[in-house]
Amino acid sequence: MEEMIRLENITKKFDDNIIIPKINLTIYDGEFVTLLGPSGCGKTTLLRMIAGLETPTTGKVYIDNEDVTALAPYKRNVNMVFQNYALFPHMTVRENIRFGLLMKKVPREEQDQRIDQVLYLTQLEKLQDRLPQQMSGGQQQRVAIARALVNNPKVLLLDEPLGALDYKLRKKMQLELKNLQHGLGLTFIYVTHDQEEALTMSDRVIIINAGRIEQDDAPNKLYNEPASTFVANFVGESNFFTEENSPTIVIRPEKINLRPEEVDETKLPEGQAPSKYFGTVVDLVFCGNIDKVYVRLDNNNQIVMTYQYFDDVKRWQIDDRVGIWWFDKDEVKVNA
Amino acid sequence: MKNGKLLVAPAIVWLIIFFAIPMLMVVAVSFATRTPYGQVIFKFTLGNYVRFLEPLYLKIFASTLVTAVVTTVFTFLMGYPVAYAIAKLPKKWQQPGLIVVMIPFWINFLIRSYAWVIILRSQGVVNTILLKLGLITQPLSLLYNDYAVTLGMIYALLPFMVLPIYVSIEQLDKRLLEAASDLGASPLVAFQKITLPLTMPGIAAGSILVFISSLGMFVVPDVMGGAKSALIGNLIQNQFLSARDWPFGSALSIVLAILALVLIMLYYRVLQQQKGGQKHEEKLA
Repeated sequence: MEEMIRLENITKKFDDNIIIPKINLTIYDGEFVTLLGPSGCGKTTLLRMIAGLETPTTGKVYIDNEDVTALAPYKRNVNMVFQNYALFPHMTVRENIRFGLLMKKVPREEQDQRIDQVLYLTQLEKLQDRLPQQMSGGQQQRVAIARALVNNPKVLLLDEPLGALDYKLRKKMQLELKNLQHGLGLTFIYVTHDQEEALTMSDRVIIINAGRIEQDDAPNKLYNEPASTFVANFVGESNFFTEENSPTIVIRPEKINLRPEEVDETKLPEGQAPSKYFGTVVDLVFCGNIDKVYVRLDNNNQIVMTYQYFDDVKRWQIDDRVGIWWFDKDEVKVNA
Repeated sequence: MKNGKLLVAPAIVWLIIFFAIPMLMVVAVSFATRTPYGQVIFKFTLGNYVRFLEPLYLKIFASTLVTAVVTTVFTFLMGYPVAYAIAKLPKKWQQPGLIVVMIPFWINFLIRSYAWVIILRSQGVVNTILLKLGLITQPLSLLYNDYAVTLGMIYALLPFMVLPIYVSIEQLDKRLLEAASDLGASPLVAFQKITLPLTMPGIAAGSILVFISSLGMFVVPDVMGGAKSALIGNLIQNQFLSARDWPFGSALSIVLAILALVLIMLYYRVLQQQKGGQKHEEKLA
């Protein structure tokens, strides 16, 4: 794969606050890469550095093997979809989209051709003469994407573009964006704090915590083989078991099984493991297709969470005594 | 009168007594006649308005308009950069910046006008310095002409231009400029395509304030213009104080008021166009 963006030894300080201690990162052509992390972790700052809206304190930014560290945003061949869209309120949808082409002095005929194309792509044809204020959040969002896409950028930067939309619309737009990226073969760099969004859409997810890369992996590896307790905690739900002088064991709730305490563990059926802990069911939370079952362990009062599915034969009740077991292969060992 | 609407009664009474009634009186007087000694007689006539159409007065009116336009243009040209600079200062320096703009208001306007006289007169500060430097041999006549009047007006009205423009620049979403830059607009183009159109309401508000104020201004022409530059403000002042022709003075005032009213209506037009979209959305919601 061809390299598209390279961040080399990037650091960033705002006054005396170190936002990014040091980061190295390479993004390849045609990738959908997500920078995922909690608020204030530096992911948006990284994105803005690629756009040129922020300058790294030290280090270099390369786009297409060209050092652009000192290049102003308006001279870079990347485009950004802003968190709150930043549509020009005094221009219609069509004028908003035309703006970038005007700046690049594209011939008028080609402008109209390209505008029509992205209008079709984002299903905005009927709304093209509206002002941004006359549109819903989802529509404005599509205008923001169209306005960026029309410039045929090498890289599209998306800063939490779906953050302001409601759940249903967000799900729909996630799919649309993914299809768009795939269809056009563009490089997308996507910033979000929503782990579900990151896992659904990305080829590669980079987890950032306090300005450092915690893990850089494909979504399934991230989920199944978290590299740290931070990742295990941030991506999906996890149970942590710590014992002195050994690495922390992470187990996903769906890998944890319960059995009644009174089962004779010497006569377990094939394919089951003996219970590692015993405890009491303390809470049940209904979540639609599953119930979350919370168990308090006898030995250290730790709460362990697992799922029961709506078609499970055995339905657990609060105060049930249970044994907890899992397969050794489902354990993930991490250093805290 | 439920929901505390009674609370607005004092304000309404105040406005009726001190604003509406005097205004109506001025309207009434403008259609009246006067005795040779200046007594107002309520005998209906359009004569005062017809008299306004005499070339002498039309000329004064025209030069007033020209002065007002020039003043507005210059306060805009000077005020916009000042407002822009203040709005781009770090947050903690913006308030002091605005105070600097407003400091002149702490001193009486008449006194400030006389200060200009001291600066500009023949033995004034400017002429003395230029003479001492040997740049001129004769004092320049900087005072008592139309330029001096315009200068005084620009000086007096500049803050009225700066403040509304500052507000509109300060409220401008800076992410729009980032978006413009991201789309390939150099800072200059972004200013022209984004900042300038979106601060139009501030420019319009400032221009209206300055233009209307300079139409009615009489202190500056009085002090700095001498006898040569009479503007309509002075003319009105004279009708009431020296000529004792209240009906004609009233008619002139009404003409001025109507002009101001038309301008304010135009201003709201501009605003409405800008906010047209939002209105539409409110209707939908």
